[in-house]
Amino acid sequence: MTEYALHPGLVLIAGALVLPWLRGTVRSVAVVALPLLVLGLVWQVPDGPVWQLRFLDHTITPLQGDKLARLFATIFALMAAGGGLFALSQPSRVEVPAAFVYAGSAIGVALAGDLVTVFAFWELMAVGSTLVLWSQGGPASYRAARRYLMIHLLGGVLLFAGVTGHIVQTGDVAFARMALDSPAHWLILAGFLVNAGAPPLSAWLPDAYPEASWSGTVFLSAFTTKTAVYALIRGFPGTELLIWVGLFMVFYGIVYALLENDMRRILAYSIVNQVGFMIAGIGLGTEMALNGAAAHAFTHIIYKALLLMSAGSVLLMTGRRKCSELGGLFHTMPLTTTCGTIGALAISSFPLTSGFVSKSMVSQAAADGHLLTVWLLLTAASAGVFLHAGIKFPWFVFFQKDSGLRPAEPPASMRWAMLLFAFLCVALGVWFEPLYALLPYTVKYEPYTWAHVLTQLQLLLFSGLAFFVMLPYLKRTLTITLDTDWIWRRLLARLAHAMQRQMHRAGRAASRVAAQLGSAAQSVVVRQYGQEARLARTWPTRSMALWVLLLLLGYLLLYYV
Amino acid sequence: MHERTHWLDQPRNVKRLWRAFLVVLALTVLAEAVVQLHPHFAVESIFGFHAWFGFLACAAMIVVAKALALALKRPDSYYDDEVRDD
Repeated sequence: MTEYALHPGLVLIAGALVLPWLRGTVRSVAVVALPLLVLGLVWQVPDGPVWQLRFLDHTITPLQGDKLARLFATIFALMAAGGGLFALSQPSRVEVPAAFVYAGSAIGVALAGDLVTVFAFWELMAVGSTLVLWSQGGPASYRAARRYLMIHLLGGVLLFAGVTGHIVQTGDVAFARMALDSPAHWLILAGFLVNAGAPPLSAWLPDAYPEASWSGTVFLSAFTTKTAVYALIRGFPGTELLIWVGLFMVFYGIVYALLENDMRRILAYSIVNQVGFMIAGIGLGTEMALNGAAAHAFTHIIYKALLLMSAGSVLLMTGRRKCSELGGLFHTMPLTTTCGTIGALAISSFPLTSGFVSKSMVSQAAADGHLLTVWLLLTAASAGVFLHAGIKFPWFVFFQKDSGLRPAEPPASMRWAMLLFAFLCVALGVWFEPLYALLPYTVKYEPYTWAHVLTQLQLLLFSGLAFFVMLPYLKRTLTITLDTDWIWRRLLARLAHAMQRQMHRAGRAASRVAAQLGSAAQSVVVRQYGQEARLARTWPTRSMALWVLLLLLGYLLLYYV
Repeated sequence: MHERTHWLDQPRNVKRLWRAFLVVLALTVLAEAVVQLHPHFAVESIFGFHAWFGFLACAAMIVVAKALALALKRPDSYYDDEVRDD
């Protein structure tokens, strides 16, 4: 602990605890400057272990740097700054500090050198994110926060069991690559996958995130799933199972987003879709694929935040969140429309946007590995991204039929945050070399070839054609589509109620039986000992003497027999 | 009024946009004749592969989504009675 004594994640968390006491301009400056300071600190972390201390007979490394860790810590700090700027006019005094605790813990996971530290920050993330969700204040968000916390505590239990097992078996706490060769490693994988939004618990994400405030969802979209992506890149690269998990998530996200009516739930399903690409890349496991997954996590955080900022602006200015009630907002919200559309183009990997230079590396890795099925599915999914997020979101929110709403643009801080992130989406798409230089492995990939640009344009524009040709089938209705959260919101809830009722009934039956037994016993007692009963009668002395005589005779007889 | 005169509100302009879109679509396919593609898989060398594959993939996903909706669609007030349970 010399000149690098400051832990960027802990600085952000400590700053978050001071934030609620600041007011006015000081607070505004702090909200933006603190994450930028943390960003600077991230870049001070050198390669290798920095902090080491003894904990329960193990040497743990709470602060350790390498390229992968720095890449994720960088984007987390950047996201905290952008999200903080966007949330400057948020009246809740809890949300931004909670989001900074959340972001600081995500940075803590990225910079952790051992599994104990990973677990500790993992749980702190769950606390921070639940508070972000909670601070929205409504009853719906309160219930969503409870469900959210339940799932993440479950994930935490899985991770804790896995980490404990791993330490017992190997005696090593270091966070390094693991093979799926023991129950402990399966548990760790399961713990990571819960946070990544993988099946079967994926529904926690679209259930919870859209219930946060207009700025809260922007924070929530960034950290939990991408920390899981980071942990999987470090812990389980090249695990084939992840290819199929990722591909499932990709299509699950598309299909559910196509059916969704709530604009922020569309974007929440599309988070699962995008994380699916990353997880498939991690499953492929080559240097190209892992670079692709890491780069895609980086660009995704920015364009997804941008999309949710535009949706948050619409929510704040109109108070509406359903596509069926929105439309025609481009008339009075041109800036929000433009920024939302740039985010939509970036998520679709349009040439000259950030998605184009990141996602294509995953597809390229599948092609390099001659995996035709995986490549075809990834290509189909890329088309589907344009369909469900690239066009559907901006079309139904900003264009389509005119809803007659004429909201103003959001406050300046929100506009600046959107402009900044829109700029980053385009800048990373055009000047991609700095991003490529940050990736964990040397990049041997050139995104801008004529062939790549042309094939991508064909794919996307014809997906666009499919959208408009089939628009009647995509008409929004006031419906939701049941997801796996039905299991814990409905099935298990019903079962618990039924069980409660049964126990209540059984309890009543038991007390009835007890009452009957009691009265039966009472009547026996009354019959035997009550007034006039045989045992309570005063017996004449002579009959007593007779009985004693008989007893003594019986005794005498038994004695001699 | 500003919003009444927005150029996107006029059906004539929307029609023009559609025409421009179709021209661009055609161009992206025809450009295959000029641009040297580097097909990795045999299927990629079929003419206009990314165009028709993208279109069909999207159509298929919409059909699958609609089929899924038949079984899983519910009114969006479906979970509203949860409030009672608290």
